[in-house]
Amino acid sequence: MRQLRIVILKEFYHILRDSRTLLILFGLPLVQILLFGFAITNEIKGAKMAVVDASGDDISREMVQRLTASDYFIYQGRAGSREEVLHLFREGKIKMALFIPPNLQRDFYHGEATEIQLLADATDPNTATTLVNYATAIINDYQLEKLDAQDAPFQIKTELTMRYNPLLKSVYLFVPGVMTVILMLVSAMMTSIALTREKELGTMEVLLVSPLQPPFIIIGKVIPYFILGMVNATLIVTLGVLVFGMPVQGSWLLLGAETILFILTSLALGILISTRTDSQQVAMMMSLMALMLPTIILSGFIFPIESMPRPLQLLSNIIPAKWFIIILRNIMLKGVGFDFVWRETLILFGMFSFFTLLSIRNFKTRLA
Amino acid sequence: MDVITADKLTKRFGDFVAVDQISFSVKQGEIFGFLGANGAGKTTAMRMLTGLSRPTSGQAQVAGFDIYRDVEKIKRRIGYMSQKFSLYEDLTVSENIEFYGGVYGIKARDLRLKTSQLLSELGLQEVARTLVGSLPLGWKQKLAFSVAIMHDPALVFLDEPTGGVDPITRRQFWEMIYQAADRGVTIFVTTHYMDEAEYCDRISMMANGRIAALGTPQELREQFQAPDMNAIFLKIARGSQTA
Amino acid sequence: MTTHPPALVFDNIHKSFGPVTALEGVSLEIGRGELFGLIGPDGAGKTTLMRILTTLLLPDQGAAQVLGYDVIKQWRNIRREVGYMPGRFSLYQDLSVAENLHFFATLFGTTVAENYDLIRDIYEQLEPFRKRRAGKLSGGMKQKLALCCALVHRPQILFLDEPTTGVDPVSRQEFWQILNRLQDQGITIFVSTPYMDEASLCDRVALIQDGHFLAVDKPGALAASYEHPLYAVKARDRFRLLQDVRQWPPTYQAFPFGEQLHLSTRTEIDPQQLVGYLTQQGHQEITVTPTAPTIEDRFMELMTH
Repeated sequence: MRQLRIVILKEFYHILRDSRTLLILFGLPLVQILLFGFAITNEIKGAKMAVVDASGDDISREMVQRLTASDYFIYQGRAGSREEVLHLFREGKIKMALFIPPNLQRDFYHGEATEIQLLADATDPNTATTLVNYATAIINDYQLEKLDAQDAPFQIKTELTMRYNPLLKSVYLFVPGVMTVILMLVSAMMTSIALTREKELGTMEVLLVSPLQPPFIIIGKVIPYFILGMVNATLIVTLGVLVFGMPVQGSWLLLGAETILFILTSLALGILISTRTDSQQVAMMMSLMALMLPTIILSGFIFPIESMPRPLQLLSNIIPAKWFIIILRNIMLKGVGFDFVWRETLILFGMFSFFTLLSIRNFKTRLA
Repeated sequence: MDVITADKLTKRFGDFVAVDQISFSVKQGEIFGFLGANGAGKTTAMRMLTGLSRPTSGQAQVAGFDIYRDVEKIKRRIGYMSQKFSLYEDLTVSENIEFYGGVYGIKARDLRLKTSQLLSELGLQEVARTLVGSLPLGWKQKLAFSVAIMHDPALVFLDEPTGGVDPITRRQFWEMIYQAADRGVTIFVTTHYMDEAEYCDRISMMANGRIAALGTPQELREQFQAPDMNAIFLKIARGSQTA
Repeated sequence: MTTHPPALVFDNIHKSFGPVTALEGVSLEIGRGELFGLIGPDGAGKTTLMRILTTLLLPDQGAAQVLGYDVIKQWRNIRREVGYMPGRFSLYQDLSVAENLHFFATLFGTTVAENYDLIRDIYEQLEPFRKRRAGKLSGGMKQKLALCCALVHRPQILFLDEPTTGVDPVSRQEFWQILNRLQDQGITIFVSTPYMDEASLCDRVALIQDGHFLAVDKPGALAASYEHPLYAVKARDRFRLLQDVRQWPPTYQAFPFGEQLHLSTRTEIDPQQLVGYLTQQGHQEITVTPTAPTIEDRFMELMTH
C-alpha cells in the first residue's frame, strides 16, 4: 500500500516541520505534568502546627514526632493553653493545632476511649480539610502500628485511612487527568485541524481527484496522530512513574488497551469535526469548545463530579474523558482488572462506534 | 502641480536593496500605472509612499507632505483600495460607508449627505441594507472605489483594482476612475495585469528595484518598439533576468 | 479506425448552491487532443464546471462523460485518468519541491522517473530549487510545480482551473508555451481563465457569463463574428471624449479600451465625420481609425444582447 504509506509519511513531514505543532505535541504534556505535579498542587507542605500536650508521655511525644516528621507539618512549638493557640491562629502563625488530652498513654494501653482534637484554620476550607485529613491519616497509621507491635487484645477501632492514595497525593489524580486532556488534544483537535487544513489549502481537491480511495485519505492522515497519541501517553505515564513515583498497580496491558480505545474515540471525534467545517479556525474553535472545555471541567479531572449540580452530573456522562479517567484511576491506583472496568470500557466503546459511524455517514467522496 | 515627487527613494532590507534610488513625479489628476513583476519592489515603494514603511534614504513628498515627518498628514490625504480587501463582507453597504466615513473623521451630517449621494450615484439605494458579501463582485468594486475617495483625498492608491471582473463592469470601473481623475483626484494604480496598464495616462515599470521604463503608453511602445504593454514587460523582465 | 469516445462531453448541466445558480444548462463536446479554453469573469461558473467534470461536485441536472466515463457513476475511473490543478496552486507549502512531486507521483501509483520525459521541460527549471519548500517559491514557480504534480501520472486529460491568475506576464507566457508542447504529446487540455487575451492561445473557447455559455467557437471566428463596425477613437481628454462620443447619433456603444475607446456604430461611418464632430466639441489630438474587434469586444457585445 505505497499510496497509504506516502500519505502517512507526508503527514509526519507536516508535523515535524511545524514548530508550533511540535510544541503542542511534546512541550504541552511535559509542561502540564510538571506544572500539575510541582506547582499547581492541592497538596500542602510545611503547614505550621502548634501542640497543646496535656499528657506529655511517650505516646503523645511519639505521635507529635510522627506528624512533624512528615513533609506536611512544621512543628511550631508547644502552647500552654487554648487561649494561646487561638491567639496564634489569629496572628496567622499556625494553620493547625493538636490538643492531646491528659493520660493518653494510659488510656491507649487500656483501651479506653480517648479523643485527640484537631483544630484547623478554615479561612481556606480546602486547605483545612486537607490538613485534617493528613493528620488523621498519620495518627491512624501510628495507632495501627502501635497496636500491631503490642499484640493488643481485641479492640474496636475506626478505620479512617484513605485507601489507594493514603496520603492524598494530588499528582496521582493529575496524571490520569493530564493524560486524558493531552490525548484529546492530540487526537481530536490536531486531527480535525490537519484535515481541514487540506480543505483550506485546496489540496483536498487534488487528493480526492487522485485514485487514492477516500477512506484511505482519512486513515493515512489519522495514523500519525494515533502514533503520536501513544507516544504521548507513554511519555506522561513514564514521567508520572519516574518523577512523581506514581504507582501503576494494575495490568500494563489493560492500561495500553484502554488508552488505544480512548485515542480511537478522540480520533473519531476529530474526524467528525472536520467533516462539518471547512476552515482550520472553525475546527479549532469547535475542538476547544466542544471537546477541551468539557474534558477539563466536566470529566472529574479538576472538579469532583460528585460535588457538581445534578444537571452537570448528568451532562458529564456523555463526556468520553470522564469514563477514561475512571478507568485510568481504577487501573493505576486500585490495580483492578478488566472485570471492574468493563462497564466504563463498554460505554467508551459505544461512544467510539457512534462517532465513527457518524463520521463515515458525514464523509463525502466529493466536495459538497 | 505634482502630487507625488520621489527623489532617489531607497529601501534596503539588510544587504538586499528592495527599492534602488527611484525618482519620478505624478501630476495632479493623472492616472499613473505602477507596474512590475512580483518581487520587483513595487509593493515596498508603495508602502513608503503611503507612510507604512520608512525609506532608508532619498526624499519624497506626497500630497505636499514629507514622507519622513508628516506621515499622519499624508494618511488623511490619501485613499486606498485593494482587490483583495476593502469592504467588510459581513457589514451592510451603508454600515461600510458609515465605518469608513468615521475612520476618516467625516462629520455625521456630511456623512449622511455623502452616503445618500454615493448610493444614488451608484444606483445602490435598493441594497443599502444588504450585506456586502452577497453583492456581485462588480458592485463591490465600484462601492469600494467610491468609499476610498469619499473623504476627497488628493491621491488614491489602487491595488490590482479590476482583476477577474467581466469586461463591461471593468469598463464601468475605469469610467469611474476617469471621472475621479477629471475632478482632480490623482490615481496611482499598481498591477501586474498589463492590459489594465493600458488604461493609464502614464506608466512606470519596475525591475530589480529600479524603474526600467517610464512614459505614456505610446512613448513606451515607440521606445521599446513593441505592440503593447505586455510585450514591453516581457522585454524588460527578460533583460533583467540576464543582467 | 478506432472509435474513441470524445475526451469530454457534457449536456445541459445545471448546478445551484442554495439560492445561487452557478450553472444554468451548459453543453459542450471536446475532441481528443484539443486545447480548450473556458473564458469568463470571476463568479461566472468556471470553477463549478471544473469541479463537476473532475467528479468533485454532482450536477443537479444534466449528464457528463470524461473519456467516456460517467462523472456520477464512474467517478473512480475518471479519478485515475485525469490530471487536475485547482485554482489556488494546491501544493504542500511545507514540503520541498522534490517531496511534493514524489508525493503526488506515489499517490497516483507511479514514480517520477517513469514519466520524467513528460515533465522534463518544466522540471528542469525547478531543479535548482528542488530542496526549497513550495511555500517559498515565486508565483510562477509554484504554478510550474503544480503543473508537474498534475502531470506526473501521465493523464490523458488535464483540467487547469485558472492556472495563470496572479502570475506575472513572463510566467504566463512560458506557461502557455508549455501547454502547447503538452498538446503536441496528445494530452487534451481544458483550461479556464479570466483573461480575454489568453483566448487566442486556445484551439477553441467557450465564453461563460452568469452560468451560461455566451458562445463556443474558434477564437478567430469569435472575434470576427462581431456584428458592428468598430473604431478606435482617441483624444486628449478621455473622460469628456467618452461623454461626447456617446452623444453622437450614429454611436451604438462606446467603451474605454486601453488608452483609446472602442466605438461601435449602427452603420459604417466616415471617420472624418466623427473627427469633425469632436473638433466642434473642442477636443484636441483626435484620431479615429477602423480597428479589428477582439474577443473582449465580442464578449461585451454578447453580454449586452
